Amino acid sequence: MSPPKIAFEQVSCSFLLKDEEVRAVGNVSLDIADGEIVTLVGPSGCGKSTLMNMVAGLQEPTGGRVLVDGAPVDGPGPKRGVIFQQYALFPWRTVAENVAFGLEIAGVPAVERSATVARCLDLVGLSAFAGALPKNLSGGMKQRCAIARAYAVNPAVLLMDEPFGALDALTRITLQDQLLDTWKRDRRTILFITHDVDEAVYLAHRVIVMAARPGRIHAEIPVDLPYPRDEAMRLSPEFRDLRNRVWNAVFHQH
Amino acid sequence: MSSEPDIRTRTRLRERSTRNRMLRLNLLSAAIGLGLWWLAAHAGLAGLPGPEAVARRAFELAASGVLFVDAFASVRRVLIGFVLGTALAVPVGFLMGWYGWARGTIEPYVQFFRTIPPLAMIPLAIVFLGIGEVPKVFVITLAAFLVSVIATFQGVINVDRVLINAARVLGAGDSEVFRKVVIPASMPFILVGMRTGLGAAWSTLVAAELIAAQEGLGHRMQQAQVYYDLETIFAALVVIGLMGLAMDRFILWLDGRLTSWQERR
Ligand SMILES: Nc1ncnc2c1ncn2[C@@H]1O[C@H](COP(=O)(O)OP(=O)(O)OP(=O)(O)O)[C@@H](O)[C@H]1O
Ligand SMILES: [Mg+2]
Repeated sequence: MSPPKIAFEQVSCSFLLKDEEVRAVGNVSLDIADGEIVTLVGPSGCGKSTLMNMVAGLQEPTGGRVLVDGAPVDGPGPKRGVIFQQYALFPWRTVAENVAFGLEIAGVPAVERSATVARCLDLVGLSAFAGALPKNLSGGMKQRCAIARAYAVNPAVLLMDEPFGALDALTRITLQDQLLDTWKRDRRTILFITHDVDEAVYLAHRVIVMAARPGRIHAEIPVDLPYPRDEAMRLSPEFRDLRNRVWNAVFHQH
Repeated sequence: MSSEPDIRTRTRLRERSTRNRMLRLNLLSAAIGLGLWWLAAHAGLAGLPGPEAVARRAFELAASGVLFVDAFASVRRVLIGFVLGTALAVPVGFLMGWYGWARGTIEPYVQFFRTIPPLAMIPLAIVFLGIGEVPKVFVITLAAFLVSVIATFQGVINVDRVLINAARVLGAGDSEVFRKVVIPASMPFILVGMRTGLGAAWSTLVAAELIAAQEGLGHRMQQAQVYYDLETIFAALVVIGLMGLAMDRFILWLDGRLTSWQERR
């Protein structure tokens, strides 16, 4: 077996809140293989975002280690793309300029940059809006722009924190299919947080259900459905069984 | 799905029609104000000069060149003070917002001097700096600085954490985060600071000129007061108001250009 892309080794993370220690994550061990899609579900406040932020390098573990490609995470970097629930687009930059941000930082020359931007916008179907400002985009378009921005720097790992949480059901399903479509071609490792049980099952090789206080892994549910996945699969009895298992693991933890 | 040019044209058209309606209302309101002034003057209220008498005096002052000398002297003081104050305030505000040590060192002074009206510094300024241009420009600079420094500082500490994180995960280091996120994100705050700072500069100017000046609109009013020359006082007031308004409009225009990316209701 190849070494894991992402490895949590007895990771914990605590915060001090008014002199009281909050154990956001307590002793989590988890390996994620290269090219695997793992979805993370669990009650609010169970430490999902904290876990992801530690992979992103935005948060340091207070115990244990988080490894990417066998090396401990040391601060944020373009190898690990993050997609935030709040889109986090730079409002003063147009769609194309937003997508170009990471390339500018990397010092990519202008010609190559605009080619990459065009390709990434095409990938998410935003080419016609290259010159628009974020304030003129719908929620779904904003999130597609954020996804294109993450793709542009070609990260080996995608970290997505409830990326489709604020979108309507139809847009969400479109973006899920788009994500799987892109994954089919590039096989990036994806860690995806969601509150939507259907979404968790539809996307994943493996669903991790977390429990709170301290944040820990409550259940691991492998999804033995083949890719590509489609609507027929969503309506299949196998899918329904898996969804029920995840549902029970999330909502009946005692 | 509508295409992008469509959305833009439509918003722009809507913006323009609202602007036109606003402008018409503004003009109407100004006309009513003038009318009321005229009525009050002709009813003999407190020896108030009417708008036409004030306009006549303004033309006389302009024809003799006095008005231009005064206006030039005043505008020069305001602009120098305002530009100096703002140019100092923006980097200091950034420093305070970005570095804890700068905030800890500078903030007590800013907060302390903020509680003192800049005008109260005039006597001290005259003692230390004499009665030339320097003390006047100094208090105006101080007034503009104190307003803008707070605004800039607020702008920096209000930058959305998520945007900074988004930049970091795309590979941005400290200096890139600062240049590409913090500066543009605090632009709206800085412009608000500039607008308020300009107002502070004007109000400080007139008071500074009332005390010690050889020319300037404030000085002109001071002279006119001695002779009970209400027309000149009013003419100077109107000129100050109009010039202040023009500069304010300029900053608003700048604001529109630099921060049109903001979502506005
Ligand atoms: N910066 C912080 N300071 C203090 N406490 C924090 C901080 N970040 C998270 N926490 C606490 O850690 C716990 C886990 O938070 P986290 O955001 O990881 O949960 P989550 O599973 O992502 O929740 P949600 O589903 O609501 O997004 C919560 O109790 C939260 O209050
Ligand atoms: Mg969260």
